[in-house]
Amino acid sequence: MAYRTVFLAKLPFWSAFFHGFLSGVLADLIVNTVEAWINHYPLKEKAPVQRPNNPNVPHNPSLYKKPFVESFEETPLMVAVLTYMGYGILTIFGYLRDFLRQWNIEKRHIARERDEQKDFVPLYQDFENFYNRNLYIRIRDNWNRPVCSVPGPKMDLIERSTPNYNWTFEYTGRVLKDVLNLGSYNYLGFAENKGPCADAAIEATQAYGVGVGSTRCEMGNLDIHEELEQLVARFLGVESSMAFGMGFATNSMNIPALTGKGCLILSDELNHASLVLGARLSSSTIRVFKHNNMQSLEKLLRDAIVHGQPRTHRPWKKILIVVEGIYSMEGSIVRLPEIIALKKHYKAYLYLDEAHSIGALGPNGKGVVDYFGLDPKDVDIMMGTFTKSFGAAGGYIGGKKELIDYLRCHSHSAVYATSMSPPVAQQIITSMKIIMGEDGTTLGADRLRQLHENTTYFRRKLHDMGLIIYGNEDSPVIPMMLYMPAKIGAFGRQMLKKNIGIVGVGFPATPIIESRARFCVSAAHTREMLNTVNISDSWQSKYVRRLKYINETLTYYK
Amino acid sequence: MNFKNLREYLAWLYYQYLLITGIYVLEPWEKSIFNSILFSVIAMVIYTSYVFVPIHVRLALEFFTRMFGGQPESTMTLMT
Repeated sequence: MAYRTVFLAKLPFWSAFFHGFLSGVLADLIVNTVEAWINHYPLKEKAPVQRPNNPNVPHNPSLYKKPFVESFEETPLMVAVLTYMGYGILTIFGYLRDFLRQWNIEKRHIARERDEQKDFVPLYQDFENFYNRNLYIRIRDNWNRPVCSVPGPKMDLIERSTPNYNWTFEYTGRVLKDVLNLGSYNYLGFAENKGPCADAAIEATQAYGVGVGSTRCEMGNLDIHEELEQLVARFLGVESSMAFGMGFATNSMNIPALTGKGCLILSDELNHASLVLGARLSSSTIRVFKHNNMQSLEKLLRDAIVHGQPRTHRPWKKILIVVEGIYSMEGSIVRLPEIIALKKHYKAYLYLDEAHSIGALGPNGKGVVDYFGLDPKDVDIMMGTFTKSFGAAGGYIGGKKELIDYLRCHSHSAVYATSMSPPVAQQIITSMKIIMGEDGTTLGADRLRQLHENTTYFRRKLHDMGLIIYGNEDSPVIPMMLYMPAKIGAFGRQMLKKNIGIVGVGFPATPIIESRARFCVSAAHTREMLNTVNISDSWQSKYVRRLKYINETLTYYK
Repeated sequence: MNFKNLREYLAWLYYQYLLITGIYVLEPWEKSIFNSILFSVIAMVIYTSYVFVPIHVRLALEFFTRMFGGQPESTMTLMT
C-alpha cells in the first residue's frame, strides 16, 4: 500500500483517481477470474477439461472402465403435437360423458359421492379421477390379466370379455395357452415350478411349514433366515446383511430408521414410490436432482454444504443420496462411478436400490457395483429385492455390521412385520447358490450369459426396426415409445392376439405424452421366442429419423 | 407392408386415423359423433372454397392489375 501512496502523490488528482480506480477494478477482475476458475473445477482429482452440458455424456470418462452408452431420443415435434391433439379430443369426450353421467342420461358405473356429501370438498373432480374414468377404464383390459400358470417365459392367461366396455369383466371359460411373457421381471428365469429351486422349497415347506407366525424380533427368527443373511452378505461382498419379507416395505420402513429431522435426502427425479414414501415418512428434508444428472447432484451437494439447514444454517446431520441401480421405466443405469467420487469428496452417504439390477447386471450377476467393477464397501447401504432375479419375494439391506445391527433393532419392518416365509427363503438360497456357481453346475453362468445375449439381440432387433428405445445398451428392461394414448390400448390388444403379453405404461407412471410399452427380457427366452415378436408397420411407431436415411443409402448402393 | 388391394390400404389408413386422433378407445356412438362432425366441417370447407375462392382470386388479380397496369393507361389518355 505504501508504494501506491508515494507514487500517487507525484501525479495530479484526476490521474491518481483514475489509477486507483483502475487498479481496484483490475484487482477485482483478477480475483473474480481466479475464483471462478477454482470453483469451476471442484474435484481435485480431475484434470481441467471442458465440461459438455449434455447430461447424456459421462463427465469424467476416466472413471468408467467400459463405454457407457445410453440413448433417450427426443420426441419428434409432429408426434408431440398429435399426442396433445389426441388427448384434447379424448378430454372433450370425457367432459361429454361426465355430463351425461351427472344428469342421469347414462348409467353410472363409477364411485360417486352421495347427495348428502354434495356440499363438502369434492372427492372425484381432480384430474387423476377424470383420467381414470374417461381414459384408463376404456383400455383397462390390458392390465390385471389373470395368469393361471407359472409366469415363466410362457404363461397361460384366462380370457375375459366385457359387455359394457371394461366396466365389468366376465370369464369366457377359455384359457389362452403359451402366451409369450415379456412383462414379468424374470431376468434369470428362476420363475419355474420344476428344478432344484422348487425341490428345495418343497423340502423347506415340509421342514418348517409355510407360515412363520411372528416377527424377527419375537419368535420369527428361524435358522434359515440366518443362513440366508450370511449368504446374501457373501454374495454382495459386504460385512453383513438383513432380509425382509417385502421389497416395498424394505425401502419404506428402513429409510425412516436411517434418517430423521435435520438430515438431507437427495433423491433422483425418477425414484420408485417406495423410496419416495420412505423419504417422506422419515421427515427429513428432501431435494430432488435431475435424472442421472451429476451436475445437478453436485450443485445440490455444494448448496447443502455451504448453506446448511434452511433457517438456522446449521450443518446437516447427514446427507443421504438415494439412487436406483436400473430405473425400470427408463431402462437407464445409474452413473455409479461418478456418484461414488462425489460422495467421497463431499462426505455424503449413498443408498443404492438394486431392485432390478441385482442378478441381472455384471459379469457375475452381482449387480451394478459388479457391472462397473467398483468396491462394494464404497456403497454405504446396498438395498435390493429378491422379486426380480431370484424368483422369490422380499428385500434385503447390506452394509457394515454396525449399520445392520442398528437396523435389526430400529427398523419398523424388523420389529413389526412378519419375517420371510421359509420356502421363499429357501428358494432365494438355492437360486443365489446357483448364480454364484456353488452348486457345482454351470447353470448360473449359462443363465447370466444367456440374459446378456438376449438383451443385446432384442435391443438390436427393435432398434433395426426403427422404433425409439430408451435406456442403456446393457439393461434388460427395454421401454419402447408409443406416445399416443390410443396406441397403448391397441398395442396391448394386438400383441395378445399374436399370443405375446406385454405391459403398456401410461400417464401416472410416465410423463403424459411419453407413454411406452416395456419389455423385460429373460434368460429363459430363446432366440426363436424373441423372433416371434414382429412389430409390423401398422403402429407407425417407427419414429427414428435415421432409419429413413439408412434405407435411402441402402437402395442407392443396391 | 404389402397391400393386396385398395380396400386393405384404405382400412389401414382408417386404422391410423383412429389411432392418431385417439378415437380408437371410444365407443361406437362416440366415434360416429366425431366422424360426422369432422366430415361436416371438411365438407363445409370444401364447399366454401369451391364457391368463394375463384371470386376472391379474380378480385385480387383485378386489384393488382389496376394498381400496376392502370397508371400507364391514364397518362396515355391524358396525352392524347
